[in-house]
Amino acid sequence: MSAALDIRGLTKEYVAGKPVLRNLDLSIGAEGITAIIGPSGTGKSTLLRCINRLVEPTRGEIRLRSAEGSIDMAKLSGRALRLARRRIGMVFQEYNLVERLSVMENVLCGRLGYVPLWRAWLRKYPDQDIARAFQLLDAVGLPEHATRRADALSGGQRQRVGIARALMQKPDLLLADEPTSSLDPRTSVEVLEMLTTLAGAEGVPVIINIHNVALARRYARRIIGMSGGAIVFDGKPEDLEDSHLTQIYGGEDWL
Amino acid sequence: MSGSNPPAGRRAPFATDWGMRIFGILIIAYLAYASTQLDLGLGRFINGLGEGGRFIARLFPPNFERWELLLEGLLESIQIAVLATVGGIILSLPLGLMAARNIAPWWVSGPTRAFIAVCRSLHYVIVAIIFVKALGFGALAGIAALIIASIGFVAKLFAEAVEEISMKQVEAVRSTGASGMAVLLYAVLPQVASRFVGFGLYQLDSNLRNSTLVGVVGAGGIGGTLFAAFKRFDYDFVSAILIAIIALILLAELVSGRIRAAMR
Repeated sequence: MSAALDIRGLTKEYVAGKPVLRNLDLSIGAEGITAIIGPSGTGKSTLLRCINRLVEPTRGEIRLRSAEGSIDMAKLSGRALRLARRRIGMVFQEYNLVERLSVMENVLCGRLGYVPLWRAWLRKYPDQDIARAFQLLDAVGLPEHATRRADALSGGQRQRVGIARALMQKPDLLLADEPTSSLDPRTSVEVLEMLTTLAGAEGVPVIINIHNVALARRYARRIIGMSGGAIVFDGKPEDLEDSHLTQIYGGEDWL
Repeated sequence: MSGSNPPAGRRAPFATDWGMRIFGILIIAYLAYASTQLDLGLGRFINGLGEGGRFIARLFPPNFERWELLLEGLLESIQIAVLATVGGIILSLPLGLMAARNIAPWWVSGPTRAFIAVCRSLHYVIVAIIFVKALGFGALAGIAALIIASIGFVAKLFAEAVEEISMKQVEAVRSTGASGMAVLLYAVLPQVASRFVGFGLYQLDSNLRNSTLVGVVGAGGIGGTLFAAFKRFDYDFVSAILIAIIALILLAELVSGRIRAAMR
């Protein structure tokens, strides 16, 4: 399978001369879950945010390939960037739903890049968008919650809406930034299970930042270990050993 | 516990704030200086009390004979207040968004903030005088003056509310590929809409109050009637007007309080 995402020489410096990401090379396959693990502050979030340009990369190439063609995310701006962002869904640690909007409105946010402004404003979405939104709400197990306000939901429910919103974009790539870090262990598993199943069904590759190594092992088919802004491990979950974890996180007493 | 503190030297538990002490002394000195400059003697005050007593006596009983004149002025004040509030709010919405430093680029927010600051800097009565000179006597000048005042208040508070929104929600909507306007519509406005309505209601309250005064400088409304009554020493009519104004303001506060409570 050809790569869905090809990152070459990606560097990000928030402060000149102090790179958070150091000349990163990474290829992500066209399907399956890739988990990125690593200590806080090592640039995992920055990496994901560079891919959809919520953060401006300092240098490097971020090539996104799909049926619609190949584009370098790092070079885009303005309208071209917005059109490219539609192809990348994102799930956030703190869900980042618009709290004052209903669940349905939040899910339909995934279509904002596609529908004209007046339709979005008057809530006159095309019928197939509404149908897909209901379908996704059913799929994430919230069939009765369409008209509830997002701030009335529990954490687990909110993250399900977050997943539905991201899939609503019909993305070519799904980014998940610590999607379970704000959830209890049981809900974490449920949410990851759902993310894996739905992304698998849609054939969307997922890159997921995660702190929980056990969950990463359980759900990912590939694990990337990052430390100090560079990739220090890249392999199958079963190949990830304690020595690698020591290398990624430092120390060994915690193991 | 036994007193096992080291005996040598008392340790100061609090730092002495010399800056604050000097500041306090300066303020007291200025108050003493300013009051001697302005002839604020006790005799003058007692003399004034006597005048006040005679004035208050002439206020009663209130005279509602010319109620048609009173009602006309009051209705004009209400119209000025409502039109100015609606106009001010409509202008404040884009201005507030343009002035918010977290969503507008600096070269937009800077000039917009400066414009809002100018709107705030002059008291609305001075603005009303300027508009009376520019547009002529009447309600139009009052409306224009209160629109400026409304922008100064609502746009500034609205911009501050926008600056306090959660950027996480904005980031999420932006990441879907939404355009700038769509981000405003779906991520920014939902977070500030209820506060914006609150500011608008509050401004309606204060515009009702303000609209009773712009008439004094000839910009329409009950203020003109009030000022004329003062000049003609019709103090019983003055008290009737004052009672009507108080009733109007209390009613307005009651209604807007109810609306605000219902929105929560």
